[in-house]
Amino acid sequence: MNTDIKLKYLRTGKLPHIWCPGCGHGIILGAIVKSFDKIGWEKDDIVVVSGIGCSGRTPGYIDANTLHTTHGRALAFATGIKMAKPNLHIVIIMGDGDASAIGGNHLIHAARRNIDLTAIVFNNKIYGMTGGQYSPTTPQKAKASTAPYGNIEPNFDLAKLVKGAGATYVARATAYHIALLEKCICNGFTHKGFSFIDVLTTCPTQYGRLNKMKSPEGNLLMIKDNTIPRSKAESMTDEEIGNRIIIGEFVNNDSSREYTELYTDEIIKKAMNKE
Amino acid sequence: MGNIKFLQGNEAIALGALKAGCDFFAGYPITPSSEVATTMSIELPKIHGKFIQMEDEIASLAACIGASFAGKKTMTATSGPGISLMTEGIGVAIMTEAPVVIINAQRGGPSTGQATKVGQGDVMQARWGSHGGYPIIAISPSTVEECYIYTIHAFNFAERYRIPVFVLSDEVVSHMKENIDFTSVSLPTIINRKRHNSNDEFLTYNTSDPRGVPPMVDFGERHLTRVSTTTHDKRGWATKNQNDINFLHRRLYNKIMSNREDIVMYETDIDVEAKTLVVGFGCSFRSSKQAIIEARKTGKKVSLFRPIILWPFPDKELKEILRGIKRIVVPEISWGQISEEIKKLVNDNIEIVKVNHVDGTMITPEEIIEKVL
Repeated sequence: MNTDIKLKYLRTGKLPHIWCPGCGHGIILGAIVKSFDKIGWEKDDIVVVSGIGCSGRTPGYIDANTLHTTHGRALAFATGIKMAKPNLHIVIIMGDGDASAIGGNHLIHAARRNIDLTAIVFNNKIYGMTGGQYSPTTPQKAKASTAPYGNIEPNFDLAKLVKGAGATYVARATAYHIALLEKCICNGFTHKGFSFIDVLTTCPTQYGRLNKMKSPEGNLLMIKDNTIPRSKAESMTDEEIGNRIIIGEFVNNDSSREYTELYTDEIIKKAMNKE
Repeated sequence: MGNIKFLQGNEAIALGALKAGCDFFAGYPITPSSEVATTMSIELPKIHGKFIQMEDEIASLAACIGASFAGKKTMTATSGPGISLMTEGIGVAIMTEAPVVIINAQRGGPSTGQATKVGQGDVMQARWGSHGGYPIIAISPSTVEECYIYTIHAFNFAERYRIPVFVLSDEVVSHMKENIDFTSVSLPTIINRKRHNSNDEFLTYNTSDPRGVPPMVDFGERHLTRVSTTTHDKRGWATKNQNDINFLHRRLYNKIMSNREDIVMYETDIDVEAKTLVVGFGCSFRSSKQAIIEARKTGKKVSLFRPIILWPFPDKELKEILRGIKRIVVPEISWGQISEEIKKLVNDNIEIVKVNHVDGTMITPEEIIEKVL
């Protein structure tokens, strides 16, 4: 990474980070700070909000305004900040359990409101920090510390979930496909409305170890082998796609009105005229 | 001619909030607090304030805390079941030192209890609701005018001490209607949080004073603010350092408890010959006040103590008026929570007589008079 970017947007005093060797989270952190630089956002105007877990530590390494909150609630705190100061750029970092189990309610409602937040899910399909328990994105049959006989619960497709809830920018990238990851984060940042990026990442320590894939590069290659770009998948049958996960941009809709703008244009205007 | 308005308690709470400078409200519908939200949804946009109805009470308090760090004076309103969901956020507001006002129009419990009937069973929930241990501030109105005034006090405490402050109303006080004369009502000076306005280096929790309240910088202003719900050092960075943990914990405690004289509010009506003291708060203070009037008409000697601030409890102030008192009568619409607090303060020579309703109705003055010696 360009050293200047690193110094500008990283809280270097907090490094090295706490993530395990081979964890994909640092790759996503890198893509986030590079996207800040690419767009040219001032640090004063950025607020990074997170919940709890491995992903929740990310704001600790970013030199911007940061709010490290409770498990699952990051979007609710972020909604308050955005309502209070719509000019701020608000980035929400969540884990898969954080976003879609304990925080699932906040996720669908933030998407429904189409409030201008960018939510990035560090999706490693497991609760890493607490010891490898299964999450709503753990595939069926995969092992977890609380699914020793294999997971029987169907998993969420987070992109479909959030698209269905009304998000106006939805994409899926991975810690392997760096170019796509940076493109999606940049597009999410600049999109006016609720942006959601599901980022497939790796947890060799928990998910990998429990599922016979201990090596960091093996975990990353598994992502490479198990995914297929949307552009390719479009011309393929379901049988041809098989179990592969589709990556790319799914929704990029600029025609829906953003929540804080609507509040100003509809509610405040009407209330002022009434008086 | 005064500017007299006939208002409901919940409407008065909303107007008090606006008077205090509240410019952000997030909430979730619940009886008997809903009129606070309704009034805020009408009034806030008129002053460029923000109102949002969130997906639940957890999100409501979270949104308030977020907005508070973005510089807003924030409030939410709910009842016991909503407070149960908000206890997570109360801990967040304590730990991150977010000024926020929480209205609890108490109803009967436990659980969903009685939505439209009165209760006073959330006193200890306000004190101890979130895990980990911390001091809190709770203020208890018993008239519509007090709903207006004490909500302003609540904002002042929240801003001065960077703490969540409860207005512990109840179904009776929140739903009844009384006149407020806005020309004669005596209001406190509005207090706003201290802000770090200079270009000097800013650390989010920069105070070396073990009782200190650090100045704030709103998100988006000229210094970066770093907030963590995890135990943090002066920079706002999560810490495992024993000294940092100890300093933070003690400061969160001492910033309230060493200032309790500034916070505590109470009122008394003393008869120096009284052997009975009645202690009432909220809507039970109304019953208590009437009981004293009636009892004295029949020649009984009785005194009255009313904690207006329930937390920190005015224990020292109560102890000072116990000379000659043999019995303390405590009416509460619960199994008795303030009475338990009083038990901790007095010796065995004083009898504590609890007058309790758990049937969703107010306690009558007669039930209190019966217990007066």
